[in-house]
Amino acid sequence: MRPFRYGRAADAAEALALATAPEAKFLGGGTNLVDLMRLGVEQPAFLVDVARIDDRIEETAEGGLRIGAGVRNSDLAADARVRARYPVLSSALLQGASGQLRNLATTAGNLLQRTRCSYFQDVTRPCNKRAPGSGCPAREGEHRNFAILGWSSECVATHPSDMAVALAALDAIVETSNRSLPLLDLHRLPDNEPERDTVLEQGELITAVRLPPLPFARRSRYSKVRERASFAFAVVSLAAALDLEDGIVRDARLALGGVAHKPWRAQRAEEVLRGEPATADSFTRAAETELAQARPLRDNGYKIHVARNLIVRTLSELA
Amino acid sequence: MCVNGIEHTLTVDTRTSLLDLLRERLGLTGAKKGCDHGQCGACTVLIDGRRANACLALAVAHSGSTIATVEGLAAERELHPLQRAFIEHDAFQCGYCTPGQLCSAAGMLEELRAGRPSAVTDTDPVLSASEVRERMSGNICRCGAYCNLVQAILEAGR
Repeated sequence: MRPFRYGRAADAAEALALATAPEAKFLGGGTNLVDLMRLGVEQPAFLVDVARIDDRIEETAEGGLRIGAGVRNSDLAADARVRARYPVLSSALLQGASGQLRNLATTAGNLLQRTRCSYFQDVTRPCNKRAPGSGCPAREGEHRNFAILGWSSECVATHPSDMAVALAALDAIVETSNRSLPLLDLHRLPDNEPERDTVLEQGELITAVRLPPLPFARRSRYSKVRERASFAFAVVSLAAALDLEDGIVRDARLALGGVAHKPWRAQRAEEVLRGEPATADSFTRAAETELAQARPLRDNGYKIHVARNLIVRTLSELA
Repeated sequence: MCVNGIEHTLTVDTRTSLLDLLRERLGLTGAKKGCDHGQCGACTVLIDGRRANACLALAVAHSGSTIATVEGLAAERELHPLQRAFIEHDAFQCGYCTPGQLCSAAGMLEELRAGRPSAVTDTDPVLSASEVRERMSGNICRCGAYCNLVQAILEAGR
């Protein structure tokens, strides 16, 4: 591992001052960054430890919640307000990683874990994300669990966060040191710059995530298909919330995980559902409309079927 | 850093993991290096009372913390109830994952007593085989002693 300097910030102002050092990176729980440093993928010269700057979960004036950047994943999942008002978020967190990792991982760190694949993590192989312009062996290689939506010829990796998929469905707002932006705009599709996972600038610090009020999120859930029962990344996952009245879908929020370079908000499916009866037929039509834009790789077309079935099953359970 | 009740003042390379500090500097070789990537759980210790992977924790990032390792589980010469139950139920074969399993189970039982939710149960979780399997999924046993591990943890948690 390349030698680096370390500084612990007491608050956001100190973190920003420290982060002006060249090749500085923010450190949360370290569960992804330290691993990537050990693999030689990440090589920061300076780590600014921001894990302790804000671990509060507070009510907002508009009736939502504000989650400090340093709130640990396990504490966020256990929060009684989150569990009652945004069960999809608690459930997504609890289906991610392991008990030990959730105790370390922070809210901001979870969002800023790298979009990645096995080739990205293997420094002996080319990878456009790690070494721009070097090529993407995943296109013709082992790619069963990679993207089916929004990928480019440069990169077919997926964002592994479960939490971010729930936040995408909940229209969460990310607060940084110099702006607020919708979570949906935080992560990028790869296009021709796969080395950039997010729109954040160097030295820009996530300070909190805000959940707007969404009363019908009380009827929400997170479903995850994976290759073993626990402690595995999603093959496909779904965050879903339904607003029903007399068997009719008034509104819906759907986001898919494990299918793209970023959490995939299924807006086309939501549009199909609005005003339709809450039946398996409607759910199937919504799923197929969304997935019509999928472009499978050679060996991952099965994900389209998994995603369709997951949408239909989860919405049927919610209805 | 306070480790198993003893204060230590150490100067370390920033690259040192908590796991390497425990093993190489303090001679506490109970916590094991399995994968060194947070995937196997053999390095599990309690940091400020919460279970965590010591391999991914930078020692400098936990300066000032209170650490408990498997060496600190037993009181005086009395085995911890989890250690007794592991022996009783033969909850291991080679033993390499055992220190991590013990520390993880100790942290997990505390989480369960505090009513913390899991992917299996949202409200008012009670100790059951399915809870143990889900909550212990961060600890891999390549000998496959899972059946006995579940029984041992169930008994110790009663």
